[in-house]
Amino acid sequence: MTPPQTRRVVVTGLGVVAPNANGVRDFELALRKGRSGIRSVEVMAEQGFGCRVGGVPQGVDELAESSFEEDELLTMNMSHRYASLASVEAWTDAGLERPAREDDRVDWDSGTILGTGIGGMDTIAAKVVPLTDAGKVRRLGSTAVEMVMASGVSARISGQLALGNQVTTNSSACSTGTEAITLGAERIQRGLAERMLCGGAEAASHYIWAGFDSMRVLCRDFNDEPEKASRPMSATAGGFVPGAGAGVLLLESLESAQARGARIRAELLGFAVNCGGHRGGGSMTAPNPEGVRRCVRAALDASGVDPAEIDAINGHLTATGADPSEVASWAAALERTPENLPPLVATKSLIGHTLGAAGAIESVASVLMVQEGFLHPSINCEDVHPEIADYGASIPHEGRDADLRLLIKAGFGFGDVNSCLVFRRWEG
Amino acid sequence: MEQSEVMERVVKILTPWAKNPDALESVGMDTNILEDLKVNSARLVDVVIAFEDDFDIEIADEDVDTVNTVGDAVRLILSKKG
Repeated sequence: MTPPQTRRVVVTGLGVVAPNANGVRDFELALRKGRSGIRSVEVMAEQGFGCRVGGVPQGVDELAESSFEEDELLTMNMSHRYASLASVEAWTDAGLERPAREDDRVDWDSGTILGTGIGGMDTIAAKVVPLTDAGKVRRLGSTAVEMVMASGVSARISGQLALGNQVTTNSSACSTGTEAITLGAERIQRGLAERMLCGGAEAASHYIWAGFDSMRVLCRDFNDEPEKASRPMSATAGGFVPGAGAGVLLLESLESAQARGARIRAELLGFAVNCGGHRGGGSMTAPNPEGVRRCVRAALDASGVDPAEIDAINGHLTATGADPSEVASWAAALERTPENLPPLVATKSLIGHTLGAAGAIESVASVLMVQEGFLHPSINCEDVHPEIADYGASIPHEGRDADLRLLIKAGFGFGDVNSCLVFRRWEG
Repeated sequence: MEQSEVMERVVKILTPWAKNPDALESVGMDTNILEDLKVNSARLVDVVIAFEDDFDIEIADEDVDTVNTVGDAVRLILSKKG
């Protein structure tokens, strides 16, 4: 299929709440330094989890209290706080003004697609189930529904920024954050919106992480050394480290960005989504490699670039047994050999796996790397997995400056779903 | 319990939900909670839960329907506290 002629989409704003930094400025510093955001999580030890470490953003309540009014805070659970902080940052980072609450004007040309993988599980666990089971339904109050409904996270942002275009929440497990970016970009390409805040948010809650622990897909072997626990591509990787946070990109039509003289951080050149259909080795929990490769190729085709032009890969790379297959898929889709695979980074080595926020936070990292010309280190894989060892030279163990024109980023999720983005450095 | 103390605590509970800060400045027993203070009607249930917690009382749903003004709330709470 040949894509129709469409409008160009650029990134003019970024916002992030991550386990290793809050705010884009500090996040870039954390990336450059290879700062880990993985820490011990007491409640996981108390409740007998196998994994007792996680990536939990720090100081968020204080930030939220300085950014939002008291009545807003009373209605915002954890994912709402992460998403709101990141969205307001992306909006103002793009040079747009945060509207006053009493200002009745609506921005009909701006919207948001802000996803979440799990939704308001923290509220369900802390309020809805215990109060309902105790026969105290009326004590749930008016705020339970908006904190539990999946779309609460995007609806909240609409209210904060008076967004009048499409406002919705997507959900595709760990592909959510990257998928949200494709959905918003498509809307801009088609001329249906000028600006879309896109990304994902996920709360930090041991109730969210419990099921993954039971599946034995979380890391259990580094509980005493949290910063070493997230080990994508390592021979001693034993599962992912659960994380939380939010990442948001302000996508904008090139026309709109240029008309208002906005700083352009990068161009979103092309993208694709698909599903492996739970065939060919794919399942609810594993990707069909052909689906992954097709998704990457479709994103390249949509971008109109040759696979040989890609300068860097920011993988999904979680530190589960799927890493070797993913690396093989990258090489196959990009028609590369171990000798010429581009640099391959795993942002999860620094922040853990932030589930529905992962693709979004990692896209913030990707845009920063393309714009500022650097590669962050993939930490904790000095002992490269034997099935990846041939590609070991492509993994930066130390941060370094890099001339990156094209970076490709993918997210894969339970359900055998895939999404892929190609970012290009903005050169005017 | 003195009416003035109840009034003070009621206003404190209403404050975060009031979208009209000017009306809070001159709040009195006749101030209407929805129309003057501009509290979102959906949030009244949260206000009532806060009254129950703060004053250690129970307020029946039919009593909630009688509360329109700050004075209505103060009198209801005083009647519950005896």
